[in-house]
Order: sequence, then C-alpha cells, then structure tokens
Amino acid sequence: MWANIDILLQVPKLAAGLFLEGLLIGAVFALIAYGLALVWGVMNVKNLAQGPFVIAGGYVCWYLGGLGVHPVIGMFVSAVVMWGLSWVIYQAVVRQVLEMDMFVSLLATFGCAYVIEQGLSLMFTQDTQTIDLGWGSLDVFGDGLVLLAWQKIMAFFICCVLAVVLVWFMKKSRMGQAIRATAQNARAARVMGIDTDKVYRFTFCLNGAICGAAGALVAMIWVIQPFYGITYSIRAFVLVVAAGIGNLPGVIAAGLGMGSLEQFGGFILGAQYQQALVVGLLLVVLFFRLLQQSRKRQAVA
Amino acid sequence: MSNFGFVIAHLPFLLVAIATPFAQGKAKWFAYAVMAALAIGAPLILPEFTQQYSAMWVLVVLALTWDMQGGQMGYNSLGNIFFFGLGMYMSAIFQVSVAHDLGEYTYAGGINVFEFTSVQYFTGLAIGLIAAPVICAILAIPLGWVLFGLRGPYFAIGTLGVAIAAGEMFGTWEWIGAGQGISMPPFPGDPDTAKYTLYMLNFALVVATFGVAAWLYSTRFGLALNAIRDDEQKAEGMGLQTLWIKQVCWAIAAFFVGLCGAIYGNTVGFIEPLEVAFQTIYLGIFMVVAVLLGGKGTLWGPVLGAILFHVLKEGTWTYILGWQWVALGVLIVVIVVYFQDGIMGSLRRSRPELFGEFVDRKAAEEAARGEAPA
Repeated sequence: MWANIDILLQVPKLAAGLFLEGLLIGAVFALIAYGLALVWGVMNVKNLAQGPFVIAGGYVCWYLGGLGVHPVIGMFVSAVVMWGLSWVIYQAVVRQVLEMDMFVSLLATFGCAYVIEQGLSLMFTQDTQTIDLGWGSLDVFGDGLVLLAWQKIMAFFICCVLAVVLVWFMKKSRMGQAIRATAQNARAARVMGIDTDKVYRFTFCLNGAICGAAGALVAMIWVIQPFYGITYSIRAFVLVVAAGIGNLPGVIAAGLGMGSLEQFGGFILGAQYQQALVVGLLLVVLFFRLLQQSRKRQAVA
Repeated sequence: MSNFGFVIAHLPFLLVAIATPFAQGKAKWFAYAVMAALAIGAPLILPEFTQQYSAMWVLVVLALTWDMQGGQMGYNSLGNIFFFGLGMYMSAIFQVSVAHDLGEYTYAGGINVFEFTSVQYFTGLAIGLIAAPVICAILAIPLGWVLFGLRGPYFAIGTLGVAIAAGEMFGTWEWIGAGQGISMPPFPGDPDTAKYTLYMLNFALVVATFGVAAWLYSTRFGLALNAIRDDEQKAEGMGLQTLWIKQVCWAIAAFFVGLCGAIYGNTVGFIEPLEVAFQTIYLGIFMVVAVLLGGKGTLWGPVLGAILFHVLKEGTWTYILGWQWVALGVLIVVIVVYFQDGIMGSLRRSRPELFGEFVDRKAAEEAARGEAPA
C-alpha cells in the first residue's frame, strides 16, 4: 500500500491520470445519482433498484451491439426500453407503495432489483460483459504514461450533454415545471390542476431512461454483470445523501469527487477493495450526517 | 427428492404453525407439544429433509430476532445478517484454533491434513457456541451507538451497508481464508448423527429464542420498545433512556442471531463470506419478508411467516427449477406490496375476537373517518 502511494508521489503524472479518469467515470455516477435524487425528491421513493436499472440498460445496449447496432444508437434504444420497464414497474409496484411507510418502498424496490438481477443472470449468464468500440486511447502527456480511452471521453461528453438537456427540460418544459411543483408541494400542485399521478409516473420513467442511458455508458467504459447493480445503487445513494436532494451542482461535484476517490483508492489499496471502499464511503457519509444533525439534536430522517 | 415427498414433509409444520396462535388455554399447550413432537420426530422419519428443516429453523430464529427491533421497536434493519456472518466466523475461528493455527489451516496452497480428535471438536464447539453470540452481543452496543441516530430508511441503508462492508472485508482477509472461506471441523461420528445433533441444537435455539421473546414482550422493557416504535420523542420525554434501550434490544437480537450463525456454519460445514455468511440478498432479505408475511410486531407472526416463506421458497426450488430466483423475487414484491400487514396483522383487523380483543366498531369507524383523534 505504501509502495503505491510512493509511486504516486514520485510520478505526479500518474496521479493526474488517475484524477482525470476518475472525473470521466464520476460523470456517469453523477448522472445515475441525479436520477435517484429526482425520484427521491419528487415521490419520496428510495429506489434501491437504481443499480439494477443501470445494469439492465447496459445489457440492452450490449445485446444490440451483438446484433450489429452501434452502441451510441443502442444507448438511445436502451433508454427507451428502460422507460418501458420503469413504466411497468411503476404501475405494478411503485404506485401501490407511494402512500405507505418509507421502508415498504425500500423493500419493494429491493424486490424489483432482485427480479431484474435474477432475470438478467438467467438471460445473459453471470459472465462479465463489456462493449469495445475499438477507438483506442488518448495519450494525454505524449509519453505513453497516461492513456485515456476515447470511449471514456465520449461517455463524459454524452453525460454533459444529457445533464444540460435534463436541466433545460426541468426548467423550461411544462412537464418539468409540473415535476418541480409536485416536488415542492404535491397537494398544492393537485389543487392547481396538476395530475400528480401522471407526474409521478413520468418522473419514475424518466429516471428509468436516465439509468438506461447511463447503463449503456457503463457498459462502454467498464464491465457489466447481473449482480454488479447494488454497488451503483449504493454509489447513487451516497452521492444523494452527501449532496442533499435537489442540489444538482452538489451531486455533480460529489460524483466527480467520488469517481477520482475510487480511482485513487483502487490504485492504492488494490482493485479487490473497490466495493468495500464504496460501502465504507456510505458509512462515512451517513456518520457525518449524523454528527451534523446531532449538533442540532435531530435524527437523520 | 420427489415432489410428493416435499408436500408430505412440510405440510404438517405449516398446519400446526397456522393453528397454534388461535388455540386458547389447554389447546395452546397441546399445539406447542405437537409442534415439538413434529420438530423432533420429522427428521428421524424423513432424514433426507434434515438440512431443509435446519434451514427452516434458522429462518424462524432470524425472523423472531428481526421482529424484536423491526416489529416491536420500529427500527427496520436490513443488516441483521451481519451478526449471522460474524457469529459464524467467530465460532469457526475458535473451533479451529482449539486444535490448529488458523493461518496454516486456511492457507490455500497447504498440503497438510488437519485432524480433530473428538475431544478437540467438542471443546471447540462449546467454546465457539459460547463466544460467538457473546461477541456479537457486545459488538451490537457500540454499533448501535453509531447507527441508532439514523431513522427510517437511513437506518435500513446504514445497516445494509455494514453487512455488505463486513462481507467484503472478510472476503479479503487472508488469515480467515479470504474468499475461499473455511471448512468447518468435521463432526466425529457418522454423518446422520452429526446432522441430527446440529439440527437439534438449532431447534433448541428456536425454543430458547421464542421463550425469551415471549418473556421480553411481557416485561416493562417490551412496553418501552413499543413506546419507541409508536413515538420515540414522546418516549424520551417520558424519561426512557431510548438509546440504551435500543442498544440492549439489538444486543439481545444479535446474541441469538450470532448463535444461530454459529450453529448454521457447522450445519453447512463450509463457510464463505458472500454466499454463506454475509448473505445480504438471500437470508438477509428473507427474514424481513418472512416477518412481513407473518405479521410485524406479533409474537407468533414471525414464526408462522418464516415457516410459510420457507415452504414457498423450497417449493419454487422443487417445482419451477431454473426460474426459482425470479419467482422468489416476484413473491417478495407481492408480499411487500400487497400483503404487508401479514397474516396475523390482517386477521387481527378483520377478526379481532380471535385474538381475544374487543373492538368498539363505532369508535373504530369514527377514528377511520378522522373524526376522533387517532
């Protein structure tokens, strides 16, 4: 471990490379977390199926890639497919638990996650899969020390574009305004003639589509496997808890930070600690929120 | 295993479990006696089901202990499986260390054959089964100090995080075998005796857990737990040391979960961090669903729910092999979404007289319409 830290200190270019790579990956985390924050803030549902949604989206894109569809087009298709899947899940499950105890929605989405994961592993086996576009890498410093895959750079820019589109949509479109109104006060929104059930459904489906697109990006820049979903759920959860709901710049900053933190952690500790690192981060964030709240003598709820 | 045998083997347990809570007076003791006789006799008559029965009792213990803080105290944990895995590993460490050096025992490239004499085995087992639950209970106190500041879904996610993190940590720790796990010392004697002995240990644990839970809910401490569930701030305002009560409650649950893990580790004979010990997405979620199915916050609900859920789960394995996990996931969703009051909960609402309760219908209707303060 100390040897690895020593390497980073000796070769600052390597550290810079890890940092850059972390930023590129962190953008995808931020996108996933934004979807979670949307559902959480608008409908007060903590969607534990977030990670499996992402993985399912990745599998759609990967499967289409096998049929010869270009992954960038596949990304849009997987967003549409995940929109449909979310619609089904909303009608069958989420809609019934909206009014209920928060723990029920947590468990219900966990159950959905279960079905998705197991279904994926039946359909596509438990092997890890990835999409390789064969675009090669960008040599950042021109000396072959730090290589950034073009795919990752492209994923970063797609994330930026999606984020801009989403923000514009939430600010300007009628539906976006209705969503924000419902998040602020659902009852008042109903009084003003907003069909909140429709808003909820749309929000949940929008989250599904975001996850689908993010999943395609994950399949391009990393690997997917039916049971890798829970880590993405936890990452998204950490980001939202750390940044706070409805704090988009916070989520983006936290996402980018988490991406580079994971890169450094993986390099220093070894790749097998990556999942432990993510979960450890969750506990640290929860603990800090706890300390913060205990100063105000309030529970984290 | 024939499909018909499966029904024969599980139906009696299910019937008795459904009948017992409604028996009054002497019939109640009779029902308990029948249950005990079934539990003791069934694996003797159908030895091929012993392992499945053991798994059933494990689920019953986990459900009962989950209900202590989930149902009675209102703290829905998703990470009680942490104590299950911890107890399993603790007992394994003690059981092996009695005779050998654990580091050498788990060394992957080793060629040594490790033998255990029966004296070593039983001393190890005794030490392991005492040490594991005690360690779990002690650890629950500081862990509770950290986690019980979280409420609702944060508590659930936080405990889930602890369980997953523990699985990952144990999976990278060379000394205890890392991802390869530890094979438990073999039982001296023939395999059938071994299975039955461990099965009986398991059943004894069920009886002990049930007894302690029944006693606990009849004390002032049980009332304090319910007070915390109903309104924690008021409970604190009335002078209850809520944090300490929550910690003690979790420690009691952790004690039994740890012991259960220790026994189950010996039952399966081989322990491994992610699939056997800290199996968050399997037993960790099954125990919660079992409690919801039976009815939260009741004494018999978790037992009934666990037996019923176990039968349903094993049923999916027996009848729709291949799709069993998907079927199980759908089952979980259906139970959670459409049936969360559970069997005892919905019966209590529709037919309170079965529970010896008298309900003033008129007052209840007024309360439901919101005219009277609920």
